[in-house]
Amino acid sequence: MSLPARVATLVIAFLAVVAGGVYVALHYIGSQPPVEDYTSYASNGQVNVTLMTAAQTTVTDKPDWVTYFIQNPGTKQFVHTTYFKVPANTKVNVTIEGYDGCTPLRNPTWGQVTGTEGGVENVQFFNGKTLSASQPISVLNSWGSCSVQHTFAIPGLGLNVPIASVTTLNENNNLCGTSPCVANTSDQANAPHTVVTFSFTTPKAGGTFRWQCFVPCGLGYVDGNGGPMATPGYMMGQMEVQA
Amino acid sequence: MAAEASSGASRPAAAGESGGRRDGLWLLVIWIVLSIIGCLLVALVWGPHMPPGAQSNTAASQQRDITVLATIATPVIIGVLLYFGWALTFWRQKPGDDTDAAPVHGNTKIQATWIAGTSAIVLALAVYGTVELIAPAGAGAGQGPQPAFNRGIPAAASVTSWAPGTNNVLQVQVIGQQWAWTYRYPQFGGFETTDLVIPVGVPVRFNITSLDVIHSFWAYQLGVKADANPGVNNVAYTTPEHTGQFVVRCAELCGIWHGAMYNYGNVVSVSDFMTWAQSTETQLAAVTKLLPPYALTYDPTTLTNLGKVNQQLGLTGAGGGYYNPADPEQP
Amino acid sequence: MAIETQPESAQAPGGREPGGTPKERSWWLRPAWHTAIIGAVIGYIFGHWLGNFLGSGYQQVGTSDDNDMAIVLGYAFLVLGWLIGLGVFNDLVRQMLGRPINGNGPGADSGLARYFRYTLDHKVVGIQYLIGMLVYFFTGGLFAIAIRTELLSPSYHVLSPTAYLEVVGEHGTMMMMMMTSVVVGPLGNYLVPLMIGSKQVAFPRLEALSFWLTPCAYVILLSSILLGGFPTGWTGYAPLSIQAGEGMDSYAFAFGLMGISVILAGFNIVVTIICYRAPGMRWSRLPMFVWAMMTTAFLLVLAAPVLVGGMYMILTDRTAQTAFFVNQLGGSSYLYEDLFWFFGHPEVYILALPGFGIVSEIIPVFTRKPLFGYKVAAAGMFGVAILSFFVWQHHLFDSGMDPDMRPLFMLTTELISIPTGFIYLVAMGTFWKAKIRLTVPMLFAIALYINFLFGGISGVFLSDVPADTTAHGSFFVMAHFHYTIMGGLIFAFFGAIYYWLPKIMGIKLNETLGKIHFWTMFIAFNSTFMPLFAVGMLGQPRRVFEYARNLETLNDWVSISAFCLGGSLLIFIFNFVMSTVVWRERAPQNPWQSRGLEWQVPSPPPPENFKYIPVVLAGPYEYGDPDALPVADLNPPAGVIAGALAGVGAGADSATTSTGSEA
Repeated sequence: MSLPARVATLVIAFLAVVAGGVYVALHYIGSQPPVEDYTSYASNGQVNVTLMTAAQTTVTDKPDWVTYFIQNPGTKQFVHTTYFKVPANTKVNVTIEGYDGCTPLRNPTWGQVTGTEGGVENVQFFNGKTLSASQPISVLNSWGSCSVQHTFAIPGLGLNVPIASVTTLNENNNLCGTSPCVANTSDQANAPHTVVTFSFTTPKAGGTFRWQCFVPCGLGYVDGNGGPMATPGYMMGQMEVQA
Repeated sequence: MAAEASSGASRPAAAGESGGRRDGLWLLVIWIVLSIIGCLLVALVWGPHMPPGAQSNTAASQQRDITVLATIATPVIIGVLLYFGWALTFWRQKPGDDTDAAPVHGNTKIQATWIAGTSAIVLALAVYGTVELIAPAGAGAGQGPQPAFNRGIPAAASVTSWAPGTNNVLQVQVIGQQWAWTYRYPQFGGFETTDLVIPVGVPVRFNITSLDVIHSFWAYQLGVKADANPGVNNVAYTTPEHTGQFVVRCAELCGIWHGAMYNYGNVVSVSDFMTWAQSTETQLAAVTKLLPPYALTYDPTTLTNLGKVNQQLGLTGAGGGYYNPADPEQP
Repeated sequence: MAIETQPESAQAPGGREPGGTPKERSWWLRPAWHTAIIGAVIGYIFGHWLGNFLGSGYQQVGTSDDNDMAIVLGYAFLVLGWLIGLGVFNDLVRQMLGRPINGNGPGADSGLARYFRYTLDHKVVGIQYLIGMLVYFFTGGLFAIAIRTELLSPSYHVLSPTAYLEVVGEHGTMMMMMMTSVVVGPLGNYLVPLMIGSKQVAFPRLEALSFWLTPCAYVILLSSILLGGFPTGWTGYAPLSIQAGEGMDSYAFAFGLMGISVILAGFNIVVTIICYRAPGMRWSRLPMFVWAMMTTAFLLVLAAPVLVGGMYMILTDRTAQTAFFVNQLGGSSYLYEDLFWFFGHPEVYILALPGFGIVSEIIPVFTRKPLFGYKVAAAGMFGVAILSFFVWQHHLFDSGMDPDMRPLFMLTTELISIPTGFIYLVAMGTFWKAKIRLTVPMLFAIALYINFLFGGISGVFLSDVPADTTAHGSFFVMAHFHYTIMGGLIFAFFGAIYYWLPKIMGIKLNETLGKIHFWTMFIAFNSTFMPLFAVGMLGQPRRVFEYARNLETLNDWVSISAFCLGGSLLIFIFNFVMSTVVWRERAPQNPWQSRGLEWQVPSPPPPENFKYIPVVLAGPYEYGDPDALPVADLNPPAGVIAGALAGVGAGADSATTSTGSEA
């Protein structure tokens, strides 16, 4: 090949490598899960946020990973993300639809509800047929019985909520098989789950607060803390407080 | 026969030179003057503000140690920089001059003085460092399960109770987990809390362990740093000397939220501490009953209660190992 | 022993039979880059399939949706395919089959194409290494820019936590892992035979193999990003590394592969230096750079195997469910820490010693004086190398190791600063009443001494256990090792490029651009890393993306300076590319008027280095002595050899001089 042709080839190859690098940088390194914005849906100093826990992640290439979903306040669809935004100095009323089964906590300390209004979480159990009445719970014993599926903890605010799970073996063997578990099919509509509600107030100053789960639910990883526990969008996320 | 130029360098015992600028003498004088000024500034002006402050005896010992090191480092830094600056100013090749300089291969006296001097400084520092390590019971560093440096720390007369004024050491267990610190007080019923509160003027023994991967408990203002290893108890001692807030950070990369694994601790008066401890013990009584008995290390796979739930329900809970203990492929 | 004293020897390098001429096939049929890539792709696909076939039945793989075995086997066969595609095994197979080996020794092929092949000419391998190392360095630098971008704000996160740790790990590993051979590879392989008067290295095939493993390791390490990255940083502490996702396998495999590469490179250099010196090249006449290469190579050969073992154990823990490092299954996390740092500490001296060697080689040339205290300098290098095996526990002072060992390791670590100080003694003595020429290489050499001063002194702080309690795991450590490694080694590396490029390519790099590059780099470097000493001492740990608000100003200053540092390196790239490709300003044979043996051959050197094996007559540092002999006789008549070997003639030990004038 002549010299100009060789130079041109080298330059094109170099630019192709650079383009590839930029793509990788933006796509793999620079990407974050989408943020569900609840700030415009607040009224009277309160805002309602809805999340869901699921035993599978059938919408991604990791079907065996457990995950959270967050409901988009506008479309009411459950989006596969763990990042959301709320206004500052607001009471956040959280509803968590818990479709996963129980796993013991590594450290039973996290079985105590802290940082919520009244120091309790309100739990309703759905056993496949009926939804029970709401009962306030302040401590869950995940070692003595099947009672906790995940926790929603914001260490920066001292908030820790162990999310109650369905309690019997039968219910745990008939969990919802798809995710998000919305009542489109009879399998989903009859899936045993819990509905947990609690409230907390965001601080006056804005900021970014991480939240995580303290149940070691990363199956197949040492100590259960790998996999979904360590990947954004699954069991760990961020709450942005907008001042 | 080339005469060996007398190469008096910036060290003592320089022979005088025949004419010229007497570089050696000038360098020595300037070096000594600048060093004295520098050392005084470092030791007296900067010293009291050296990190990590003096909120505890271990922090104060580290502050002293760092000040001494900085004071000794000052003449070294000044000397080298001064020498190179002098060389680059006065010993440049003049334009148009293409010859070589005088061939000096070495000077045994200078070499011997340098080697002796650096060795002396280094050995002195090693001795001083050891002294500062022993004096305040290990300088706040984690000493592993069998601490060797515990000068001034009373033997733990009781692990189950503590009262002010008794010659007993306060035990605080620091548990690192992904990704938060919790603290257990075995002498107050073994409650576990995310708040770290310790009384002023009382020797504290931190028993640091982890439930999963390696973390590191770094209480900056207390001058305590000890790795939290799974299945191992790491002991660090300190005695706080002033009340106030201190920050606790994780200092060993432990996963994604390593950077967010921090909290604040408080050194309070002894009476405030007793009030806090007793009220927290009552407040947390319900959840303390659920905790495993206090131990210096916790192995999730051998804790009997934990396995029960898995076995009863035949669940593949991940707490502990790679996979279900009932799996035949488990070693 | 293959010291050739006759010009045309019966056996040419590479084992070629006399008179055998290779049949010239078209370039795309001969093994080179492109066949290597094809082999690598085939290998990876096969390995990945094999791993899935073997491992997908395990419950651990099924529940975690991660098949580490597929990835590791994929990488293993990728490397095998790459080497087969390159033609590394061709000569081996030919010899086993009894066929003649086609010549691919020095001079076998010409032109730019030979740089993309597996060749046996150490000079070609040196240039391949040089380009490779520059690519790896700048890639690592890009990751550093990403880190500093995230650290601009203490609470706003540009990157997700996983991405941040990915980037931190990639930067650290790219630098520490790939740059282990940053001097030994390009400059050691290229210059050592020239400096000792040899026509070749002892094991040209091992040397070329050590290079060709590095692009593999580079690509494998980068592919970690596609797998989600690794969260442990370059130290790979277990059990986090056992817990981590698929990207961790890339780290462990790439590091192990690089370990193998450096073992081969070091082994080759040690044997070359010991066995291939020209007649008259006594130990007391050996250039200081060669001393540095030899001590570094010893460290490589002795320390790297421990690393390879440790990385292998991580891989088996992750794939085959061994439990070397998992406490609750009977292993110990301390085991990993000890294995890693037993390698890790000699590793940092592997990085520092070549820097010392380069500057000790450069300063006599530009002060026009002999190296002051030659024996002291050599002793210093040996002292550092030997002591470096006895200090590794200082990385573990706070880990809960046996507390009685602490004063011991504090002592040994403090002691290692004595031989390190010899380098300064030698430099300061060489500068005494010299005639300093401030060329670009000299500027970089002086910068090493200034930077390493701060790096070394901060090292003394860290060796002191009480001070280390506050400084360990903080940005103070970061500033320390950036000052010693980047401020020391990398500055020396750039100085060496400016110094030796006229020899390697026959082209001078532009002096003005070089000075601009130096000054911007020196100022930006110090501006970036000096505040980090304070940041660390004020309580900011390493590898965090959230820090105290009152440290925001310092962090912002550091980040802006880091961007400027990146800019200064762009100036270098511009200078390098333009000077070598566009301007091509011819350099004379010996532009620096150096007495080094490598400068006595044409620039660039002919394929066989020396037409006749030279007889070395004097040391390379005999400046200023009108009676000194020239460094070597490049056309020795037959009888001189016996005389030189017997020590007759002007003995050129450092203490005495003799008549004769410099050539």
